[in-house]
Amino acid sequence: MTLLPLLKGRSARAWAGFAAAGLALFAVAPLALSDFRLGLLAKYLCTAMVAVGICLAWGRGGLLTLGQGVFFGLGGYAMAMHLKIADAGPGNLPDFMQLYGTATELPWWWRPFENPLFALAATVLLPMAVAAILGSFIFRRRVKGAYFAILSQALAAAFAIWLIGQQATTGGTNGLTDIQGFFGYDLNDPVNQRMVYFIIAAALLLLIALARQLIHSRYGELLVAVRDSEERVRFLGYNPANVKLVAYVVAAGMAGLAGALFVPAVGIISPAMIGIVPSIEFVIGAAVGGRASLVGAVLGAVGVAWAKTALSEEFPAAWTYFQGLLFIVALAFLPGGLASLVGIVRRRRSSRATGDAAGDGTGEKTPALPLGEAA
Amino acid sequence: MTVILGQTFTGISIGAVLLLIALGLSLTFGQMNVINMAHGEFIMAGAYTTYVLQKSISSAGLSLLVALPVAFLVAGALGALLEWVLIRRLYLRPLDTLLVTWGVSLMLQQAARDIFGAPNVQTRAPDLLTGNITVIGGDDPLTFANSRLFILGLAIAAVVALSLTLRLTPLGRRIRGVVQNRDLAEVSGISTSRVDRTAFFIGSGLAGVAGVALTLVGPIGPTMGTNIIIDAFLVIVVGGIGQLKGTVIVAFVLGVLQSVLEYSTTVSVAKVLVLVAIVAFLQWRPQGLYTLRTRSLV
Repeated sequence: MTLLPLLKGRSARAWAGFAAAGLALFAVAPLALSDFRLGLLAKYLCTAMVAVGICLAWGRGGLLTLGQGVFFGLGGYAMAMHLKIADAGPGNLPDFMQLYGTATELPWWWRPFENPLFALAATVLLPMAVAAILGSFIFRRRVKGAYFAILSQALAAAFAIWLIGQQATTGGTNGLTDIQGFFGYDLNDPVNQRMVYFIIAAALLLLIALARQLIHSRYGELLVAVRDSEERVRFLGYNPANVKLVAYVVAAGMAGLAGALFVPAVGIISPAMIGIVPSIEFVIGAAVGGRASLVGAVLGAVGVAWAKTALSEEFPAAWTYFQGLLFIVALAFLPGGLASLVGIVRRRRSSRATGDAAGDGTGEKTPALPLGEAA
Repeated sequence: MTVILGQTFTGISIGAVLLLIALGLSLTFGQMNVINMAHGEFIMAGAYTTYVLQKSISSAGLSLLVALPVAFLVAGALGALLEWVLIRRLYLRPLDTLLVTWGVSLMLQQAARDIFGAPNVQTRAPDLLTGNITVIGGDDPLTFANSRLFILGLAIAAVVALSLTLRLTPLGRRIRGVVQNRDLAEVSGISTSRVDRTAFFIGSGLAGVAGVALTLVGPIGPTMGTNIIIDAFLVIVVGGIGQLKGTVIVAFVLGVLQSVLEYSTTVSVAKVLVLVAIVAFLQWRPQGLYTLRTRSLV
């Protein structure tokens, strides 16, 4: 009986939050920001999309995936390959292939990406398929915790190295650059850049809604249970491997979509956005904001990305120190991220009001600090 | 035939470098379950120690010999400091340690950039180590680089020293005790926090020694640790925690595998194939090659 008003309150708050976010993204930001700044914001929002997936997989599921760059890259390259073929025009090779010179026709694995529908589907389905195959191998055999984190990181390293090695067909270190058009629209036109921004903002809101739905479903409860005590969930008759796999695959799909939309927003995708370092940078945003809280993860990702641009342009050395410090402070001393401050403040205030020392008698289900390790 | 032998030797020398790095990790990660991403920067610290020493000691051979113990102490002290300031708060949260120490590694890299400059620096190898030993002469010669042989010897010496320490000394007994059952060790009167710090000191010190060895085969730079550290972690994952023999075997096997695959394909494809091989291996033995048998479920 007490659940019903709580649910109402929670969903009302969520709607209000959505409305506010929609207003900020679709009305305030385009009016207040210059074209250049709006383009940067589009880039940050792509990072936030990856953070939504990380919130699900790591914050809720305890899967520290240090290889989200791989899925981001798969989505990005799938999109960029199509756009490069479209830019070159029918019958022509993408510019970099002519430059490196050996190929006379498209490699076979580029061919399907001529089809726009295939390319669009691949941006999401390809990362999900890779995650599904890899995840089922890893989770079935109960490789978990730190082992999983290291494997996912090795995957990011291997993928980036592989891309660099295949210069003739992937553009090597440079990646796929100088993308001009987006399904017939000229990306040099600021109006079309705005359109790309709106698509990204809409996609982010969609992903947040999807993740929220998942988190508050029965599956979401199960995922947290697996994070906190995998063995007990197994004894209850569930297969934790499948529960984890779903979170991992969904997170991969989200990263893929983010990568795909990153390409028209920025005009380039390269191994520098895929390897170990960018993959771990995706995680830090979510960690600073609050890994288990969707709002926290998204705001944290945007905030850290913004701080990186603001600081690293002027003081690159200071930015590196600051970033290192962020990791240390956020994870060693505030593991719930900034989002957990809200809960701490609220608990303290309510405990003062009711005289409840533990601060638990609020009827409010405060999420536990996400200290659960899968290990 | 000489090609096969040559590739195998290259693989073994890659394995020796991996082993030197992974040895330290086998203490900190394998025994204490701490994923120290700053381990790579301790390697870097060891390498820069060699560089600094060589500036004041002109003889390359002497400076290398002096650098080995000094680098051990420098890197070990850094490790003990890290343990004392941060890691001891995080023993219950291994995944968070990974990210926290990543932050530390970023700061150490930047510090190296500020102190020594961003470009790579080089040390002079002693004359004795610059040459080659010709194993098979003739038209199709097979030669082993002296520096590689030195690293192999150093790795073997480090393994022997570490395993003797763990097996025979009171400190080693305490470390093993804490690894096997922390609570029982604690109630038996062992100061577990002190043992943790000592183990961390030794593990990080070994990273410094690895750094000295790396100066013989490559340049010294702020990011030298980042890439190789992933491979070393994989050695521990595949080798299994808690026992040195898994680490030793896997380091050499992965080294040879990498070198043979590089020869038959390309460097980048070899990296991917090695990773696939590791995932496949974990299907067979998810806990690694050797594991400490316990009755716990996880």
